[in-house]
Amino acid sequence: MTLFDRLMRLDRRWVFLFLAAVCIAGYYIDYSIPIRVTNEVRSIYKFIDSLPEGDIVFVAIDYDPSNQAELHPMTYAIMEHAFRNNLKVMFTALSQNGPGMADQAIRDITDSVALDRTYNGQLYEGREIKNGVDYTFLGYKPYYAIIILSMGQNFRISFPTDYYGTPLDSLPMMRGVLNYDDVACVIDLSGGNITDAWISYGQGRYNFPMALGLTGVMTAQYYPYLNSGQIFGIMGGMLGAAQYERLADNPGLAIDGMRVQLPAHIVIVLFIIIGNIGYFMSRRRQAMEGR
Amino acid sequence: MDFTTFLWTTLGAFLTLATFSFLYKDNPFYKLAEHLVVGVSAGYFMIIVWHGTMVPNLFNKLLDGDWFLLFLNSNQWWYVFPGILGVLMWTRFSRKYGWISRWPMALYIGIAAGVAVPLEMSNKVNKQLVATMVDIEWSNFFGAGIWDPFSGFANLLIFVGAISGLIYFFFSKAHTGAFGGVAKLGIWTLMIGFGASFGFTVMARISLFINRLQYLDQNWAQTAFDSTNPNYNTGFQLVFWLVVLMLLAYAVWEFIAYLRRRGEASTPE
Repeated sequence: MTLFDRLMRLDRRWVFLFLAAVCIAGYYIDYSIPIRVTNEVRSIYKFIDSLPEGDIVFVAIDYDPSNQAELHPMTYAIMEHAFRNNLKVMFTALSQNGPGMADQAIRDITDSVALDRTYNGQLYEGREIKNGVDYTFLGYKPYYAIIILSMGQNFRISFPTDYYGTPLDSLPMMRGVLNYDDVACVIDLSGGNITDAWISYGQGRYNFPMALGLTGVMTAQYYPYLNSGQIFGIMGGMLGAAQYERLADNPGLAIDGMRVQLPAHIVIVLFIIIGNIGYFMSRRRQAMEGR
Repeated sequence: MDFTTFLWTTLGAFLTLATFSFLYKDNPFYKLAEHLVVGVSAGYFMIIVWHGTMVPNLFNKLLDGDWFLLFLNSNQWWYVFPGILGVLMWTRFSRKYGWISRWPMALYIGIAAGVAVPLEMSNKVNKQLVATMVDIEWSNFFGAGIWDPFSGFANLLIFVGAISGLIYFFFSKAHTGAFGGVAKLGIWTLMIGFGASFGFTVMARISLFINRLQYLDQNWAQTAFDSTNPNYNTGFQLVFWLVVLMLLAYAVWEFIAYLRRRGEASTPE
């Protein structure tokens, strides 16, 4: 049995083990990699950065814990950026387990914004983020397409109360805020089909500025909407999150994770090359033996 | 972090490792984690829907009336109708009355289709068609770089890629000569598209592992040894080492079982 035959018959668990070892080594070795920012991420950052104080950013946290690796860092970076710029944020979570994700992010970012921090050379003094004043969390409702449509008429149709049970009209932030016309943009952070509904029933029906933060698996599929002008920006996977963190000068879990992506990708590419060489060599040998 | 929170974090770490153990082989720890996810998700979903939807969107709308009039003197008494339609869905569980559930289902599907068709057509088809027919911006051919999605080069790529991709799927004419060449360009375009998706997918899968690594290290292991924590006590380390010991014991047990199987396989009959 040749080396290539052995490679073709290698137990895949050895591949898992090797890849895990490379990732763990990459995680514990202290080094950094450059993050090149793409225009589609920069446009989201610039849009939020250019909004006047008090404007409302609508963040749709449409993902479950299974997607938190890629989408949670985006949520954290955008929320911190928005709150530091004295913007107000509205949240929905139209994914089944999304409310827990949103609740966790709100608590963590509220703690973070309370501290003095310097971003891009500018000192931002800590301030208290208050529910109903600085943000409103609408929560979850089933049948996301209908919810997205109804919010275009009035947020109160689907969400008479916020996630915590307070009537929307009792929240200072929501006074005079009726529907999408009163928000500066919608940013959908999604790990599933909800993005399609936001494009068709939200942006397509009510024509508001929209950007997407997506899992890596979905990203390539949604680039056409960028060129058609239906969305003004797109963040793809952990790389997209790392780019936003870089722009906001707020390194978090995404930039930390991209260090590990590098050796992991090198190993995977090498394995693909070796696997292909093994496959073609063994096929060639079989053909020669057959002759 | 207090000790109780750390216990929950430890449970998260244990379930993470239990899930990854499936990569070696199916085992009771993995099964436990799998069933917990399904059970907890279902329970969580039920409670969220009850408190977040049924109560504020149905019951609270009707409860400003009196019970004895079946809510009909409520200010929003018409909410009774969606409530009834919702209840009718449950007739599916009866063989005799299951047909009734088709009425609310028909209403739902009819409305959904009516809303969806024009919007999907407009936003998923028409706007995409228009986007492939834009003028190529020769004055801004390279944009902010060759990979700028708004550059003239990108417009040209989209045009060539869309046309050649369509030609690849045109089977009424043999793929030979110039036509075949364009069709080949089409399949290359498709393959590059699939390759981009594959690359993103690899990144996504590695991201999941990295996220768990970050959790195990930053949220669990570092907390177990963080003596600067005001709530720190020896229990943190005790729990940490207990879990590590349990995992090691399982690994050793599996290894012994492996050796035994190997020995049995090599024993001549």
